[in-house]
Amino acid sequence: MLRLEPRAQPSTRMMLATPVLAVLLTLLAGLVLFAILGVNPFDAMYAFFIQPVENWYGVAELGVKATPLILCAVGLAIAIRANIWNIGAEGQLVMGGIFGGGLGLFWSDGGGLWVLPAMFIAGAIGGALWGAIPAFLKTRFNANEILTSLMLTYVAQLLLEKLIHGPWRDPKGFNFPQSKPFESYASIAPMFEGTRLGFGFVIALIVAVGGWLLLSRSFLGFQIKVIGLAAPAAGYAGFSQRRITWATLMLSGALAGVAGVNEVAGPIGQILPSISPGYGFTAIIVAFLGRLHPLGIVIAALLIALSYIGGDAAQMSMNLPVAVASVFQGMLLFFLLATEVLIRYRIRGRRRIVHG
Amino acid sequence: MVNAPRLALHGITKQFPGCLANDSVNLTLDAGEIHALLGENGAGKSTLVKIIYGVQHADSGTIDWEGESTAIANPAQARRLGIGMVFQHFSLFESLTVAENVALGLDNPGQMREMTRRIVEVSTRYGLALEPTRHVHTLSVGERQRVEIVRCLLGEPRLLIMDEPTSVLTPQEVDRLFEVLRRLAGEGRTILYISHKLEEIRALCDKATVLRGGRVVGECDPKTTSARAMAEMMIGTELSSPKRLGDAVAGAPMLRLNNLSTTSDHPFATNIKSANLSVCAGEIVGIAGVAGNGQAELLAALSGEELVPVPGMIEIEGRPVGHIGPRDRRGYGMAFVPEERLGRGTVPEMTLSENALLSGYTVDILGMVKSGMVRSVQTQGYASRVIKTFHVAARGHGSVARSLSGGNLQKFIIGREMMLEPRLLVVAQPTWGVDAGASASIRQALLDLSRAGAAVLVISQDLDELFELCDRMAVIYHGRISETVQVKATSVEAIGLLMGGVFGTSEDRQDNEGPNAAA
Repeated sequence: MLRLEPRAQPSTRMMLATPVLAVLLTLLAGLVLFAILGVNPFDAMYAFFIQPVENWYGVAELGVKATPLILCAVGLAIAIRANIWNIGAEGQLVMGGIFGGGLGLFWSDGGGLWVLPAMFIAGAIGGALWGAIPAFLKTRFNANEILTSLMLTYVAQLLLEKLIHGPWRDPKGFNFPQSKPFESYASIAPMFEGTRLGFGFVIALIVAVGGWLLLSRSFLGFQIKVIGLAAPAAGYAGFSQRRITWATLMLSGALAGVAGVNEVAGPIGQILPSISPGYGFTAIIVAFLGRLHPLGIVIAALLIALSYIGGDAAQMSMNLPVAVASVFQGMLLFFLLATEVLIRYRIRGRRRIVHG
Repeated sequence: MVNAPRLALHGITKQFPGCLANDSVNLTLDAGEIHALLGENGAGKSTLVKIIYGVQHADSGTIDWEGESTAIANPAQARRLGIGMVFQHFSLFESLTVAENVALGLDNPGQMREMTRRIVEVSTRYGLALEPTRHVHTLSVGERQRVEIVRCLLGEPRLLIMDEPTSVLTPQEVDRLFEVLRRLAGEGRTILYISHKLEEIRALCDKATVLRGGRVVGECDPKTTSARAMAEMMIGTELSSPKRLGDAVAGAPMLRLNNLSTTSDHPFATNIKSANLSVCAGEIVGIAGVAGNGQAELLAALSGEELVPVPGMIEIEGRPVGHIGPRDRRGYGMAFVPEERLGRGTVPEMTLSENALLSGYTVDILGMVKSGMVRSVQTQGYASRVIKTFHVAARGHGSVARSLSGGNLQKFIIGREMMLEPRLLVVAQPTWGVDAGASASIRQALLDLSRAGAAVLVISQDLDELFELCDRMAVIYHGRISETVQVKATSVEAIGLLMGGVFGTSEDRQDNEGPNAAA
């Protein structure tokens, strides 16, 4: 018989090992899953995980998909460290796209080098404002930010659809619900010929390093961690929970907003009724898979990006349902949470209790 | 089997991850004896009684109950054998009546009317006055303990285990409890009495077994052994009692409360009602009182975690501070040691150097924070100095707070606050649950700080501690604070009466009932 025995201290080694273990278990379960679906599991695995990154275009796509995931997940991780559960990164991303993209669309006088920076700032402001609403509701009315931020996601999405079906529709677009394409001064050019990878990826990496510095070195990061780990200790030290609530929600909103601008001005090139395949929600998985550590998040985002691309590839070459990508993401989160028990407990063979 | 002892433990050993809680413990309890189990925190007392009561199981060793070898699988079986236990922390439902609570704790409660009759019978037989129909939330702590005891007695136990029963009682309540315990012993029941309060053990017990580091280090007759000798058995070294460097030379008032009233709307809060108090530089003032009489609210108001409606209700060195938070109050020279060490005084998962930053950031000279960044050299250096100066047993500034024992963590917190060189220190329960050796050094440090010119306010339930430390003392009861008295001019009995709410001695207390607070 096996049993779980509590460890005297949480194991740091297990903390690093469990994400790897979760990935291995996911792959194992994936093999079984493919076999049940009636395809050769090894061919499917190849199509899913190897084929997409066999050429440079594929590798660049990895960065394209990872960019919004990193931007959103770093913000979420900072908020979650302060025990602020921002679930609405998707809506904040959409608002970023509306603010930044809107600025780019209606920039009429020829433009210049500063149009893109202005769009990014506008996007950050849009996301931050959308994050400020749950912050206000929480600090003023003690409303749960999980619910408010999630519900605001749908509000943002409906606002986007309203704009694209209405005033922002391209007059020359044959009545399709889409904006006119961005002018070249309002678009992000690819960094490498023949790919879609723009400088947004570099921004995401800088944000990850910045997030890491914030959490590990700054006094603000220290306050965030104290509030998250022991709120009474933060009160004792005189750290303001209200201030941290505002700061983390607006910061994570701003980062999601930047991701939104980067999507519309980069890979998409115009504003569509749907500008994200759920990056804001997937970023929650990424944040936890990366152990709420900004550098871990970069690795996790690349892994999840692979599951997005692999899902597409497997659909095309193996005729597998598109849901396979979501299934992999779900299994990954499941195994991650399941193996987390090993951080605080160790598995032991049953020991005998000695009586009389 | 007439001569067999009631309970005999042989070679009980229990291993937890990282600590050997009991190491071949032998213990023999006879019928009709009151036997003390004595030891510091972490000596293994709790583990041993949990094994006797079937909550935990020994890795090896045998238990003989009235001469027969027995395996006690769970508390229900222990109760069937005739073992009862009163835990240190009560397990009562506040919204239920006494009788309902008693019924919930029994394996076979039976009819409610019959239950009520038995409660009345048992409580009158032992002088444990209880009304079965009263709701528990209306009872005092002492009365709640009686509910627990009566619940045990209904099972007719032949061995009654009491885990630190007096820590929440006033001196008068303690005396009443001891009478009951003596009467129970007189009927031939055995009582296993766990405590680290040596004077109580000397007054009550026939025999004492001393545990240290999981082993039995000695047995003695507490009636003839001095408290000092028992303490030295407990800690294994010689005990130094705190030395006072002369009497207090009270200087200017550092802290003043002017009709302080709090207005927490929490349903279970005990608000402070027009409290007046002053603490002068160079003296230690104590506030005694049974827990739950407003100490938590007073502490929150003093630290600045809860602001008060009128700034002038709290003054530090003559400056009104009621409206400013903890950080600014610290800027005026105040330091603060809260009651909860883990979770308020420290962040359990963080290292000692990070925990040094928790209050150290307020003192600019230490340079722990510069342009928004934490400077690890400074925080680690400060934590290391605290560890060294206050002899904290820790591997270094990188140890997480949770890994320290209660006494060592308290030494760290007190050291951290003292090395900020405060002119006013507010300390809650400085040695609660701290072993004797660490207690002595903490008390000495507090005395040294006050004699060096700082004002110290100690809020504690431990009267021995307050009498040892303080120059003046007041009592808190139902949110009201009594006049202070000179410790030299009072007695434990007088303070004990005040703790029970008998504020009769000073006239100006009488008119404090009404809602005249928020002036």
